[in-house]
Amino acid sequence: MELTRYVTIGQYIPRESPVHRLDPRSKIAAVTVLTVAVFVVRDFSGYGLLTLFLLGVVLASQIPLGYLLRGLRPVLFLLLMTLVLNVFFSGIQGGTVLFQLGPVVATREAVLRAVFIGYRLVALVLVTSLLTFTTSPVQLTDGIERILRPFRRLGVPAHELAMMMTIALRFIPTLLEETEKIMKAQMARGAEFEHGNILRRARALVPVLVPLFVSAFRRADELALAMEARCYRGGEHRTRMKELRLAPRDAVALALTIAASFVFTIPYPTWQALLR
Amino acid sequence: MPPLIETRNLRHVYHAGTADAVMALDGISLTVDRGEFVAIVGGNGSGKSTLAKHLNALLLPTEGEVFVDGMNTRDRGALWEIRQRVGMIFQNPDNQLVATVVEEDVAFGPENLGLPAAEIVARVDEALRVVEMAEYRQHEPHLLSGGQKQRVAIAGILAMRPQCLLLDEATTMLDPQGQREVMETIQRLNRDGVTVIHITHAMEEAVQCPRVIVLADGRVALDGPPAEVFSRVEELERFRLVLPPIPALAHRLRRDGLPIPEGILHVEELAGALTRLVAEGAGRGRAGDGTH
Repeated sequence: MELTRYVTIGQYIPRESPVHRLDPRSKIAAVTVLTVAVFVVRDFSGYGLLTLFLLGVVLASQIPLGYLLRGLRPVLFLLLMTLVLNVFFSGIQGGTVLFQLGPVVATREAVLRAVFIGYRLVALVLVTSLLTFTTSPVQLTDGIERILRPFRRLGVPAHELAMMMTIALRFIPTLLEETEKIMKAQMARGAEFEHGNILRRARALVPVLVPLFVSAFRRADELALAMEARCYRGGEHRTRMKELRLAPRDAVALALTIAASFVFTIPYPTWQALLR
Repeated sequence: MPPLIETRNLRHVYHAGTADAVMALDGISLTVDRGEFVAIVGGNGSGKSTLAKHLNALLLPTEGEVFVDGMNTRDRGALWEIRQRVGMIFQNPDNQLVATVVEEDVAFGPENLGLPAAEIVARVDEALRVVEMAEYRQHEPHLLSGGQKQRVAIAGILAMRPQCLLLDEATTMLDPQGQREVMETIQRLNRDGVTVIHITHAMEEAVQCPRVIVLADGRVALDGPPAEVFSRVEELERFRLVLPPIPALAHRLRRDGLPIPEGILHVEELAGALTRLVAEGAGRGRAGDGTH
């Protein structure tokens, strides 16, 4: 299938690694901690250590590094924008001028900051894609459901959200396949999807989207009926075939992540003082 | 013991009380006993699917009653027991699989029944083995063939331990290979004691079922063994139903004057009848030679 190559969301790479075996809840918690750390870290020494830590996790997870870096492709444009904007419009007054072109000035400080913020973006993407690469969608939704379960009393529809995610994931490939089929059918009737300006291309998509929506609604209707016929009545009374269970390794992994995150946030001067 | 399924003068009107009111079922009374293998055939709009949805309380009668194992489908308290007893397979295999992994999907029904985890695992194992899909338990459903998806759907129902398997045109969207897979699976299940109600418009499938019910305009038009039902050629034509190939051929030969007995369903029977005819003809021919 052609379209699935471009959809990296929720891509899962099955391996028999210690990272894969972790409970999804501890992985979600670890990712949350790391995300906070990414924002708290103040200097490059912290990002250096974070990178080492992530490399360690990647090695342990047996995910090819190339795969992980390919996950950066969708944010490449955002990354470039961030770099350009931060270099030229940082608002940093003074500093060492690296080069000047009329009113456009790039200072050493601004470039460093742009790289810093750019790397922050990269780190965020790497951390979250490590989660999706090592956790199957089923486990991920189970984990989210279990994490949200205590908030049910507050009206959080934990089970319903998880069920919606599962169904969405189940039907992404089905709907992609269907999109492709409709596009080919329209192309056979002379439709053009790859030529013309943006407006024309967008207009060309209307005859694809309309049948797609109609069929998606029909599918939803039939699925609801099939679920009812299989005695589905929401989260109550429902048990699970695989209940999540926290193991000692989860505690170890989470403790390691939290400890490491504290280390990342130690400012560089403190390191200097400590190592002297 | 009450019959497994009984409908009494069942009527269903869609959009009742409005200008678009359509009478889909018009007084259907039938019973299906435990262990039966019933085909329900009928043209488009004959009410097949509407009838199916009444048998596990997805629809409730406008008039009349439906009983499943003695329970009235109008009884809200018995709803889940009824749906557990009569498991339904739908036409589009894609639109009835819920989970992203085969075994998770098979577990969906038992999970809804609130069974303990160990029991669910045992049932999933067994159900996948019965439909011969055990080696695909970790697969993603969208990568399976139509027939395989439909077998997974059947496993999902079997894991709920139903007494009756209700297939609503479950073979219509499949290729011949997939149709054969599903037919073989449900025939095997029926031999093991599961009641099967197979709604289809493939006549060559109906021929293989010991009892055939023909619906027309929301009524039971014919109900009997296939040999009897498929000899009522004129009536079937009136309901715009096409005879299965072998009975159709037998009928044409009979109409052309060959003395072929009624009730022929399968190739072997027709071949046997024709061989006998040829042998008789030859015998008569030799006898004739002797006199002249």
